[in-house]
Amino acid sequence: MASSVHLPTGFDFSNEIRNNFLLDKGVKLPKATSTGTTIVGCLFKDGIVLGADTRATEGPIVADKNCEKIHYISDNIRCCGAGTAADTEFTTALISSNMELHALHTGRKPRVVTAMTMLKQMLYRYQGQIGAALVLGGVDASGPNLFTVAPHGSTDKLPYVTMGSGSLAAMAVFETGWKAGLSREEALQLVKDAISAGIFNDLGSGSNVDACIITANGTEMLRNVEMPNERVQKERRYGFRRGTTAIKSETIRSLIVNEEIILPTTEAMDTS
Amino acid sequence: MSDTVTLAGPQQRQFNPYSDNGGTILAVAGANFSVIAGDTRQSEGYNIQTRYAPKVFRLTDKAVLAVNGFAADGNMFVKKVKQRLEWYRHAHSKDMPLRSIARLIQSMLYGRRFFPYYVYNILGGIEEDGSGAVYSFDPVGSYERETCRAAGAAQSLVQPFLDNQIYFKNQVAAPGTSHPSHLPLSDVLALVIDSFTSATERHIEVGDGLEIFIVLARGAPIHGLEAIQGIQEMTSNAEGERVFIVRRVLKYD
Amino acid sequence: MSIMEYNGGSVIAMVGKECVAIACDLRLGNQALGISSKFEKIFPVTDKLYVGLPGLATDVTTLKELFRYRVNMYTIKEEREIEPDTFAHLVSSTLYERRFGPYFIEPVMAGISTTPGGKVKPFIAATDLIGCLNFAKDFVVAGTASSKLFGVAEGLWEPDLEPEDLFETISQTMLNAVDRDAYSGWGTMVYVITKDKVIQRTLKGRMD
Repeated sequence: MASSVHLPTGFDFSNEIRNNFLLDKGVKLPKATSTGTTIVGCLFKDGIVLGADTRATEGPIVADKNCEKIHYISDNIRCCGAGTAADTEFTTALISSNMELHALHTGRKPRVVTAMTMLKQMLYRYQGQIGAALVLGGVDASGPNLFTVAPHGSTDKLPYVTMGSGSLAAMAVFETGWKAGLSREEALQLVKDAISAGIFNDLGSGSNVDACIITANGTEMLRNVEMPNERVQKERRYGFRRGTTAIKSETIRSLIVNEEIILPTTEAMDTS
Repeated sequence: MSDTVTLAGPQQRQFNPYSDNGGTILAVAGANFSVIAGDTRQSEGYNIQTRYAPKVFRLTDKAVLAVNGFAADGNMFVKKVKQRLEWYRHAHSKDMPLRSIARLIQSMLYGRRFFPYYVYNILGGIEEDGSGAVYSFDPVGSYERETCRAAGAAQSLVQPFLDNQIYFKNQVAAPGTSHPSHLPLSDVLALVIDSFTSATERHIEVGDGLEIFIVLARGAPIHGLEAIQGIQEMTSNAEGERVFIVRRVLKYD
Repeated sequence: MSIMEYNGGSVIAMVGKECVAIACDLRLGNQALGISSKFEKIFPVTDKLYVGLPGLATDVTTLKELFRYRVNMYTIKEEREIEPDTFAHLVSSTLYERRFGPYFIEPVMAGISTTPGGKVKPFIAATDLIGCLNFAKDFVVAGTASSKLFGVAEGLWEPDLEPEDLFETISQTMLNAVDRDAYSGWGTMVYVITKDKVIQRTLKGRMD
């Protein structure tokens, strides 16, 4: 343990030797949370609409039924993440920080290509080991911009894009429904339909639809715009009678601090 | 071009005849009834192959079989069990008793010991003494009579819940009372439905539809069964045991 | 064999009405062999915040000390106690720092915070072994019995349980889930945290 409070930046590889030893003995790494995921983005008349489902999985088990996959980069840029959940979370957070510093340094509103370049350079550097598949969208001085960034760092610039395990289901919807010059409402509906296609047809995607509309006038985050998968009411209640569980021992710690305040007897100040 | 023959290294080829089609089945035995249920989703990997593929089958008026695992093997196995039961009917002019069906299933499964049917079977129904029974099997025929059993993708989610709610495991009874050994039908149905809605929430391979078979012993009261919406009777002989089916929708995501 | 199954163990946290609860099993094993039935996996962070650390036992001890160190440094620098959501991010960053050589721990946190308006806010969170945060409104689980805990909790949990009712629900969930897991069990410890007291109870578990 470093004696300094100020730890060095970047990843720490000091567990590598131990973990490789364990790995060599044939023990498997536990699965990290992944966002099986359907994420999409599409261009419309005056901006970008991004969309995502809200399911996070650990193998076949649903770890989080309502997670947020549309991450903040800057006021006018957002980024949807698929793949290893922790990687999408931290990569976007890091780029978001660097974009803020960059904006402060240049004194200009940040551009989407800047974020895209930062992301691809970082992901390329890690040779695909950082498992983040991203859909990046925003509106800047050059107008609306939409990109995908793959885990190895390659990028695409297209008018409509999908990623994640539900990408084929969502792309099918885009291929039938997308055309140039869609209105805001039409684009939002198309994104909702594309995400829904992923939610219902891909087992890795599920629960609710999140969307985000970015135009030159501002950004509108539509968290849970559609909730088609609310749990129905249970057939009965499962409350237990108090005392159902046998207790072996009990310790109660009171957090209420009882204080008695004794005021000192007032005495005139010595002014002699 | 040289005439030398290049000797390639040894090659290996493999064919895996099995796949996993997800889904979950469950059965609970009551004093004079038996409930056997299964979801209707059939999947492979992250794809849904169909939202309606039955996993629970009525064999006779007193026996219902649920199969889970590799769907192709499951369907073939049910077909063969049904065939053997028909032969029995022709030979003996009566339906095979439940415990005999259980033993038959064991023989059929163990007969394929070295190329097994990749299925987990749960057999539910009414015993000759009129009691509700559940038999559960492993893919090679090891079996046991139980009060309740879950199998399939969400077995690990459902079984401990059933231990708690059906066997009252880890629960201390209120002073001066004791836990019932068999639950009434209405309670069992509620638990079965809630087990499946819970499994649907947390397991990606469970969902779409739910089929619940109810087998009532000869002369057992109807317990307000007729009040359940969408219930359907599929009894073939009005004198004997009665079989009902209840269908429910589960979430599609 | 997975590294999580090397020593075994499970933790669950649940939200109630103005209270939270967190429970762990007490088993320490060497694969199938049981070693100890006194291995606690839940540690206090502040008066009203607890963290559960199921996973590889060597990392349970290491991370317990590392979090204690980092929380103490935070307290000294900030001259105030750490808030539950801040601590969650501290845990998350600590684990992600080791993205490519992780600690084999899936932390679970449970605590309550008081808003400036005096309202009590229950808080639970969990992360995976590389620090992906999961803030849930109902319950979070981790460890070798996680799928069993998910199944039972999804069936038994209901919103707005009073502290005593929440205790019954989390205890029943834990006991029945670990009874179906070979790597967890051998006793259970439950903490119920309310705004003015922390109730700690140990429960008898099956020893098989």
